[in-house]
Amino acid sequence: MAGAVLAGALREALAAAVVAAGLALPLLGFRLVDSSQGLSLGTRLDWVAWAALAVGLGRFLLTLSRRLRPASPRHRPSAGAVPAQADRLRPWAGWALAGLAVTLPFLPFADRNLVDKATLVLIYVMLGWGLNIVVGLAGLLDLGFVAFYAVGAYSYALLSTGLGWSFWICLPLAGLFAAGFGVALGFPVLRLRGDYLAIVTLGFGEIVRVVLQNWQDLTGGPNGISAIPRPTLFGLRFAANAPEGHRTFADFFGLPFSGEHRVIFLYFVILGLALLTNLFTLRIRRLPVGRAWEALREDEIACRSLGLNPTNIKLSAFALGAMFAGFAGSFFATRQGFISPESFTFIESAVILAIVVLGGMGSQIGVVLAALLLVGLPEWFRDLQQYRMLAFGGAMVLIMLWKPSGLLSDRSPTIRLGDRR
Amino acid sequence: MTAAPLLEVEHVTMRFGGLIAVNDLSFQAGRNSITAVIGPNGAGKTTLFNCITGFYRPQVGRMALHHPSGPVLLERLDDHRIAARGRVARTFQNIRLFTRMSVLENLIVAQHRTLMAASGFSLAGLLGLPVYRRAEARAVDKARFWLDKTGLAAFADDEAGSLPYGSQRRLEIARAMCTDPLLLCLDEPAAGLNPRESAELNRLLLDIRDEQRIGLLLIEHDMSVVMGISDRVVVLDHGAKIAEGTPDEVRRDPAVIRAYLGEPEDEEARPC
Repeated sequence: MAGAVLAGALREALAAAVVAAGLALPLLGFRLVDSSQGLSLGTRLDWVAWAALAVGLGRFLLTLSRRLRPASPRHRPSAGAVPAQADRLRPWAGWALAGLAVTLPFLPFADRNLVDKATLVLIYVMLGWGLNIVVGLAGLLDLGFVAFYAVGAYSYALLSTGLGWSFWICLPLAGLFAAGFGVALGFPVLRLRGDYLAIVTLGFGEIVRVVLQNWQDLTGGPNGISAIPRPTLFGLRFAANAPEGHRTFADFFGLPFSGEHRVIFLYFVILGLALLTNLFTLRIRRLPVGRAWEALREDEIACRSLGLNPTNIKLSAFALGAMFAGFAGSFFATRQGFISPESFTFIESAVILAIVVLGGMGSQIGVVLAALLLVGLPEWFRDLQQYRMLAFGGAMVLIMLWKPSGLLSDRSPTIRLGDRR
Repeated sequence: MTAAPLLEVEHVTMRFGGLIAVNDLSFQAGRNSITAVIGPNGAGKTTLFNCITGFYRPQVGRMALHHPSGPVLLERLDDHRIAARGRVARTFQNIRLFTRMSVLENLIVAQHRTLMAASGFSLAGLLGLPVYRRAEARAVDKARFWLDKTGLAAFADDEAGSLPYGSQRRLEIARAMCTDPLLLCLDEPAAGLNPRESAELNRLLLDIRDEQRIGLLLIEHDMSVVMGISDRVVVLDHGAKIAEGTPDEVRRDPAVIRAYLGEPEDEEARPC
């Protein structure tokens, strides 16, 4: 018995090692050597051997631990004690995270760098929450979500540089424009689902980027738009000196000027926007629209048979998801002060989608955790330099092995008949 | 009892390319009565259902549903409008529940239109105004009524997909009833049920007929259901009607026996 297990594990380990060696040979096995005669090709076969050995050993241990574990339950936990417990923990965890987020800039270890990174993570949290409406709740796979982010960013950039409107006026307008684009995308794809929808949305995302890249007169093409105004706090500027007729934040509150003020202010702006998104989503999940989204995800034909109009449901999901991406986009523009089409490539859509999927479709806290992992972790790993992406990829693989349906995959009903458990 | 019929189907023909699935079919279904549509496999029963509920649009024919306010022509409406405006509800041969939502949520989604209007297209709902909260409480009351009726009250907060098969069938009926239909179309409601569950189903359907006073139209292979509770039976074969009448009349009809039942005293021709 044990012998057979051992032999099987060895066989699998050998197979894995062979595959690893095959992959590592072109990737690790050769390197360019800079010698006096110019560049020449050197080999480092020892690296290949180490890689194959590491993979084989890992596979061996993994197989062994799986086979020797006594009849481990492989099925997902059913609706029993575990979700009930999660239900109790969920609100608590949410409030704890929100409390941490609000106090973060004032914690002793928080420096400018940390707050800046937290701002970046929060942008992705907000984008994730927006996409969660479309993908997690309504079940419409959208690979072009970054297009709405771009629409929001360019709306603010163009309105503020062209017409001189303030951030707080442009923010709702950018959301509206993005929502309009959401409806514009929604109409042609009403009949599509799944893979087909994904392909069309992917194309939509690329169209928006290519238009931004080529419409020189309006968007500045690949040069982008620079000198985008920063937001003000009720007209107070975050700068060392204010122009005539304006006051600075530091001056008004009698503080010495510090560049950190602006960083912290931006952090609170995006925190507020993200919390607004979250509040809205949590609320709308319990309303007829939200339940209709989830019902549509479960079974469109049943929805039709109950008199739900799928057109309205899909368009509302696209529009609202896009609106939050538009908000996030105009925040991005004002934070960077400079935008170009390069910020809105497909990889951004992929990252946002990965955040939603990794978090567990439809889970709000899951999105936060996934954004921390996907956006925060690579920043954290910067010290590892060239191994940064290796560590990142490894973490991804481990998570998907450990939690194949996302970090938080159970959902709690939006309404209960019995007493709250 | 013999008032104007609820549903009038006239000369309905549905073709798929060269295949004629339903051929010049006319029949009536009464208010406050149960009409069964039977026939061998491939006789066009489910196609007929899909025409009535708008999932297909027949090439020829008229289907009128007589509301208190006047007739509604079903062949002119989209599927979701038939459910909403025509007040026709249906269940499916292979159950279509919102499996990852709770049992109660399934019943609340069925009341989407009422709740949507009450939530002021989400504005009143987002603000949590009392007008919406009252509407939601009413929706829960209605859901609770049907949960009690179908014996599912204890499972209200469970995932619909986790229910046993027979309960899922009953939940689908409860969900359809939550839309306040005038006509309830059931596609093989007894399929896969054991005899005890099947008897429970009969009681439920008779209850719906007598208390809600709506019309029921059902496709069924289980003859104990068909003969036990139907007021009228329509028999289809190759897309055409070959007999119509009370269960006893149909049982004795030679055409039906030839096409379907086999021998006069044979109980059923149950497919698996």
